[in-house]
Amino acid sequence: MSDYVIIGNGTAATGCIEGIRSVDPNGKITLISKEKHKVYSRPLISYLLEGKTDVERMKYRSDDFYDKNGVSFLPGISAAKIDADKKEISLDNEEKIAFDKVCVSTGSSPFVPPFEGLDTVEKKFSFMTLDDALSLKDALNPESRVLIVGAGLIGLKCAEGIKDLVKEITVCDLADRILSSILDAECAGIMQKHLEENGIKFLLSDSAAKFESNKAIMKSGMEVEFDVLVLAIGVRANISLVKDIGGEVNRGIVVNTKMETSVKDIYAAGDCSEGYDASIGGNRVLAILPNAYMQGFAAGVNMAGGDKEFSNAIPMNSIGFFGLHVMTAGSYDGECFEEKREGVLKRFFVKDNCLIGYMLIGETDRAGIYTSMIREKVPLDTVDFELLKKVATTFAFSGENRRKKFGGVV
Amino acid sequence: MKRVYVNEEWCLGCHLCEYNCAFANSGLKDMADALKGKKIFPRIHVEGDEKISYGVSCRHCEDPMCIKSCIAGAISKENGVVTINRNKCVGCLTCVLVCPYGALAPSEEGTMQKCELCVKNSCGEPACVTGCPNKAIVYEERG
Repeated sequence: MSDYVIIGNGTAATGCIEGIRSVDPNGKITLISKEKHKVYSRPLISYLLEGKTDVERMKYRSDDFYDKNGVSFLPGISAAKIDADKKEISLDNEEKIAFDKVCVSTGSSPFVPPFEGLDTVEKKFSFMTLDDALSLKDALNPESRVLIVGAGLIGLKCAEGIKDLVKEITVCDLADRILSSILDAECAGIMQKHLEENGIKFLLSDSAAKFESNKAIMKSGMEVEFDVLVLAIGVRANISLVKDIGGEVNRGIVVNTKMETSVKDIYAAGDCSEGYDASIGGNRVLAILPNAYMQGFAAGVNMAGGDKEFSNAIPMNSIGFFGLHVMTAGSYDGECFEEKREGVLKRFFVKDNCLIGYMLIGETDRAGIYTSMIREKVPLDTVDFELLKKVATTFAFSGENRRKKFGGVV
Repeated sequence: MKRVYVNEEWCLGCHLCEYNCAFANSGLKDMADALKGKKIFPRIHVEGDEKISYGVSCRHCEDPMCIKSCIAGAISKENGVVTINRNKCVGCLTCVLVCPYGALAPSEEGTMQKCELCVKNSCGEPACVTGCPNKAIVYEERG
């Protein structure tokens, strides 16, 4: 019987537990969790502040999840070192745990550049964890002026989440547009206008250079006064456990499609890992929740002696602010086809007779039909692409394809 | 397990399945009270043109992308039926982003809904199937 250890307690760890148990109902699973909380839905922290969920409802799995799956849950404990030869993990409480297979699913940490004067700011927060969200909420009041550094997914979801709790929100970013990692200038402009109409202010192509207590001095020289500072500049994968023992790392812990690292019996999954991205045909960190679950699940199956490849990961995001949704997937490195109507902008990217990516804003109904075309590499000359550009419908597929989709068990 | 299957050759494109679905899930006893003059939010949608049509609803996949992708852990399988806990759903639409069949859509309240084979309402058997005038939708076991 195998001893499995999982380091970290997020989505990838949950996938890993369920992956192990799909193969091995009996092996011992130990879960080392730095956070004291049982697994919760991390992306829901902004919805929590917005009042759309609560701590009870945002539990990712039920309270009896660990018991039901025979998991020994060690909350509030960190792994300090993995000894790959002795097959044991040293914990920060001086104890050691033996393993046959271990999955590193340590996630990522906020990246904070060394700002001059940051130590003079009294109320400053990251926005990654439930505890971050709860302590940020405690610091806010209806008179608060909030400065958010970073107009990416985290910074903007934070802005939406706290909008009704504060007086004023300013978001700054060095990039010339919001959501610059997933949107082009025109789509970003549409979303920015919508956010501005909902009371969020922006300072783009500009960022904080230094801080003096309640004041940020921007690179442009402009001064911004604030009561609460949120730092959402970016994240760094937590790779040290594998890096320290000479395992292959890059921006994340490098894994193959079985989620194996370069070190025997050590697997990695989720935001800390750098796995295969089918949209670019190479490895990269894909820090999105579905990917974390699927990587974790694949790792678990393989750790337990099964055989699972996860080779069709692609970047994909669904994100909405104040009722306006945007969805993106795949790569934009192809010929662009556009569909534009009042309030709707869709961009499709095509290469080698396949849809390789898209950007949708204003109309996102049934976008999974497009996503599946990217993941399954459906040849465009077998579908009615003109129809698909207008509306996502399975009617655009061939009769044969439809019969396969709807005629049997899928 | 039994699932809902459609037969393109027999579908008349009458959209009755959409109305029966909306009625079955309304919790109301009278069809007119449930549907008359209202925008309906059915969990099955007829696709196609004048010549070919067919209803599309959740396939209850063996390995559902929606469950693995839900950021709230709100979707799960209960006895093979892919089910949404609408109390946990925050309406982020990630399930819409990943479902290859386009089988999930927002409800009137904004949380997501999908076909749950009428197991949670009083129909006992999918209302789209029982109400289909041409037996173009069936509820049966297939391999």
